[in-house]
Amino acid sequence: MSFFEMPHPVAARRLFLGRSGAVLSGAAVALLAGREALAAKSDGANAQDVQILNTALGAELEAIAAYQLGAQSKLLQGATLDLALTFQGHHKEHADVLAKTVEKLGGKPVTAKSDYHFPADQLKSQTDVLKFAAKLEQGAVSAYLGAVPLFGNRDLAKAAASILGDEAMHWAVLRQALGETPVPAAFMS
Amino acid sequence: MKTGVRSVLGLALCAAISAAAAADAVHGEQVHARCLACHALAYDRVGPRHCGLFGRRAGSVAGFDYSPAMKASRIVWTDKTLDRFLTRPMKMIPGTAMTYDGIPDPKDRADLIAYLKRVDQTPSCGEHAPSMSSPAS
Repeated sequence: MSFFEMPHPVAARRLFLGRSGAVLSGAAVALLAGREALAAKSDGANAQDVQILNTALGAELEAIAAYQLGAQSKLLQGATLDLALTFQGHHKEHADVLAKTVEKLGGKPVTAKSDYHFPADQLKSQTDVLKFAAKLEQGAVSAYLGAVPLFGNRDLAKAAASILGDEAMHWAVLRQALGETPVPAAFMS
Repeated sequence: MKTGVRSVLGLALCAAISAAAAADAVHGEQVHARCLACHALAYDRVGPRHCGLFGRRAGSVAGFDYSPAMKASRIVWTDKTLDRFLTRPMKMIPGTAMTYDGIPDPKDRADLIAYLKRVDQTPSCGEHAPSMSSPAS
């Protein structure tokens, strides 16, 4: 059943989240399955690819911490908290795949910082938290968009584009939750 | 001769005024949204803070873990150097951790630079910058 046919918005959202998780896992598996081929193609371009992956990994680890801040703020309730934790789970999957790929390419993956700095004093309501998360997700879409053309290995570019798609969905859903136009333009930059 | 010099200076002044007028800091703030996966104005994230950027030597924010390439770049951030860097970061500083293809539109870059200069004069970058917190791990 399409989630457009679901009788209740909550049920539709659950179905959507379940499916988006499945799609992401499929992409992750595809990336991991391709790692042997990636390693076999090792050359000078790997160093730049490792740098790109590590920058992305650093941003993913920070996003995980940002969602943790939101989850612990007690400002998110019910379905919105579920949403935040689901998106945090996606970022954990991204980070895991990125770290393993960096290792496979012979690099050293960056690790999570002992502490991250966020403007917690500006987060006073659920709306504030959602707006904060939406800005991070919008930035993530732009960051991946700016990284995809730089990869020497096109398989990695494809995998990064898969993550980009997931971040774009996060951004759209957060905008929807905020009552904003979910997809404000035909193109991202 | 003096008339010629005056004409050149006049043209240069007009060009500068025109460029300043053309830059749109409001649109620049929208362009800045592209930076927000890694940067914040007043505090360091995956990338260093943007407040205080102009006149700052690249790789010089205390406590930030820059790439060796950025630390060795000997660049001072000005309108000109920032415009060049934003065009193709990895071409200007190979090895930079800012693995971003760049902002190809000169107007977008000019507007972003105008925004960063304007916001640097606001409380967002001053003593009223937000206090920070991190989640319990």
